[in-house]
Amino acid sequence: MSTAIDITSLNAYYGSFQAVADVSLTIAPRSITAFIGPSGCGKSTLLRTLNRMHEVIPGARVTGSVSVDGEDVYATGVDPVLVRQRVGMVFQRPNPFPTMSIRDNVLAGVRLQRRRLSRHDGDDVVERSLRAAGLWDEVRDRLGKPGSSLSGGQQQRLCIARAIAIEPDVLLMDEPCSALDPISTLAIEDLMAGLRASYTVVIVTHNMAQAARISDKTAFFTIDGARKPGRLVEYDDTTTVFTSPSQQATADYVAGRFG
Amino acid sequence: MAVIVLDRAPTLTLTTRTVRRGRRAANTAATWVIGVLFILALVPLASLAWTAFSRGLARFDTDFLTNSMRGVVGAGGGALHAVLGTGLITGATIALSVPVGIAAAIYLVEYGRGAFARTVTFLVDVMTGIPSIVAGLFAYTVFSLVLGPGARSGLAGALALSLLMIPNVVRTSEEMLRLVPDDLREAAYALGTPKYRTIGKIVLPTAMSGIVSGVMIGVARIVGETAPLLLVAGYSDAMNYNLFSERMTTLPVFIYQQWKFKGTDVAAYDDRAWTAALMLIAFVLVLNLSSRLVARVFAPKTR
Ligand SMILES: Nc1ncnc2c1ncn2[C@@H]1O[C@H](COP(=O)(O)OP(=O)(O)OP(=O)(O)O)[C@@H](O)[C@H]1O
Ligand SMILES: [Mg+2]
Repeated sequence: MSTAIDITSLNAYYGSFQAVADVSLTIAPRSITAFIGPSGCGKSTLLRTLNRMHEVIPGARVTGSVSVDGEDVYATGVDPVLVRQRVGMVFQRPNPFPTMSIRDNVLAGVRLQRRRLSRHDGDDVVERSLRAAGLWDEVRDRLGKPGSSLSGGQQQRLCIARAIAIEPDVLLMDEPCSALDPISTLAIEDLMAGLRASYTVVIVTHNMAQAARISDKTAFFTIDGARKPGRLVEYDDTTTVFTSPSQQATADYVAGRFG
Repeated sequence: MAVIVLDRAPTLTLTTRTVRRGRRAANTAATWVIGVLFILALVPLASLAWTAFSRGLARFDTDFLTNSMRGVVGAGGGALHAVLGTGLITGATIALSVPVGIAAAIYLVEYGRGAFARTVTFLVDVMTGIPSIVAGLFAYTVFSLVLGPGARSGLAGALALSLLMIPNVVRTSEEMLRLVPDDLREAAYALGTPKYRTIGKIVLPTAMSGIVSGVMIGVARIVGETAPLLLVAGYSDAMNYNLFSERMTTLPVFIYQQWKFKGTDVAAYDDRAWTAALMLIAFVLVLNLSSRLVARVFAPKTR
C-alpha cells in the first residue's frame, strides 16, 4: 500500500525567487521522515512539491523530479489531481470545511472525487478513519455536528481523518501540531506511530524532541542568508542526526546553537 | 524619566484632570450633536412611513388585491396586475442577472488574471454607474432592433433591470468569494479535487449565505425602479401573464400612473397610489429583513 518517494535535483521557485535548491533524497516506504531546519529554509515548499500543491500558487514552479512508487509525478501528462489523491496532506492550521458536519468532513474527499458510496460503506469509512485518527470515541455520538464545533486539536485530528479517508499511499504533514497544546500533540504523535504501519509519512516540525521521538529518518535543511534558497544539509537516521551528525551545522541546530 | 514624572507629579495630575474634563465635555457635546443629527435624519423617514401607512390604509382591502384596473374609471379597481407584473419582471430579472453575475464573480476571483480580468472589473465599475434611464434606452433599442420599433414587453423591462442588477451581484458575490479562506481551497485540492468541483462544492457553499443576502438586497433596489420600465414595459390596465409580449405594469409604474393621470375622482386615484406605495415599501422591508434571516440559514454552523 505504501510507497517510496524519490526526489532528484529538485528546485522550487516562487516567480524569480528560488526557495529550494538542488534537493535529492529517497524516502523509504512505511517510514516517518522528519524535515527540520530554520524558518524560511523551504521545508513547506519542498513538502508541497511532493503532491504538486506548490504549483497552486500563482507563479510557482518546479524543476527536477519527484517519483512516487517509481512514477515521476512531474512527467508530462500526469494529472496533479490524481497525484494528490495518492499523496495526502495535512496543513499547519486545522481547516475543516465549515459548511459540513463531522461525518461529511471525513467523507469530503471521497465525495469530491465523485466516488460512489453507499450509506453503509460511508459509515464504515467514517468510523475507520476517525478511529485511525484517534477521534472516534470523542465524536461518535455527534457526527452530525459541524466540524468547526470541535476544539483545535480535535479539528486537526478530523483533518487527518479526512486525509486518510481517501486512502492515500503517502501522508504529508506540515507542522501539524504547531497550533496544538501538549496533550493534543501527544495524541497526534501516538496516532502517527500507528499510521507508520500503512503509510509513508513525511512531517515538517520545529519541535526537535518531536522529530527525535517519532521519526525514523531526519532531513536537516538550512538557508545561507536572506533571499537565498534553502538546501539540504544532512539526511540520515534520526538517531544519527541527533547524536552524531556528520555536519557541524546540523550539530549546532539540533543542540539549539544557531549561526 | 521616572524622576521627571515624580518631580512634576502634582502639575501632571492637574493637567490630566483639566484635559480629562475637557475631553469629557467634548465627548458629551459630540454625543448630543450626533444624537440630534440622527433624529433629524429619522424625521423624513418616519414621516414618509407614517404618510404611506395612514394614507395607504384607505384602500388596503381585498378589492385592491384581487382586481386590476381594467375598465375602472373613478373609484374601485386594484393593483393585482401590477403585483403580478412586479413578480414576473423581478423573477425574470433575477433569472437573467444572478447566473451572469455569479459567473462573472467566480471568473474574477478564481480564474481571472491579467488584462482581461482588469477590463472586466473596469466594465463592472462602469456598469455600476449607469443611470437607470440609460439601461432602459438600451433595452428599448435591443428589443426594437429585434422585434421592430416600439416593441414593449415585460422581458424588455427585465433586461433593463438586469443591467442595473448585474454589477450589484458581481460586486457582492466577488466580495463574498474573496472572504472564503484559501485554506479551504487548498484543503480541497489536497484531497485530489479538481478546481471546478472545489469551486462548486466548497467555495460557493461557504460563500452562499453572503451571496444570497446580497442578491436579495439587490432585488430590493431594483424593485422600485420606474423610469426604464416606463420606456420598455409600458403601462397597462389589465392582467398580463406573458413576459414575452404586450405591455406589463409594475407597482412603481402603477403609482406613477395613478398619480399622473388622475380622472375626475381625484381621491380614488390618490388612494390607489398610496396603497401601492405602502405595498412596495412593505415588500422592500420584508426583503431586507428576510435577507438577514436567509444569511443566518445559509451561514456555516458553528455549534
Ligand atoms: N507564496 C509564496 N510566495 C512567495 N514566496 C514564498 C511563498 N511561500 C513561501 N515563500 C518563500 O519561500 C521561502 C521558503 O518558505 P517556506 O514556507 O517553504 O519555509 P519553511 O521552511 O516552511 O519555513 P517555516 O518553518 O517558517 O514554516 C521563504 O523565503 C518564503 O519567504
Ligand atoms: Mg513552513
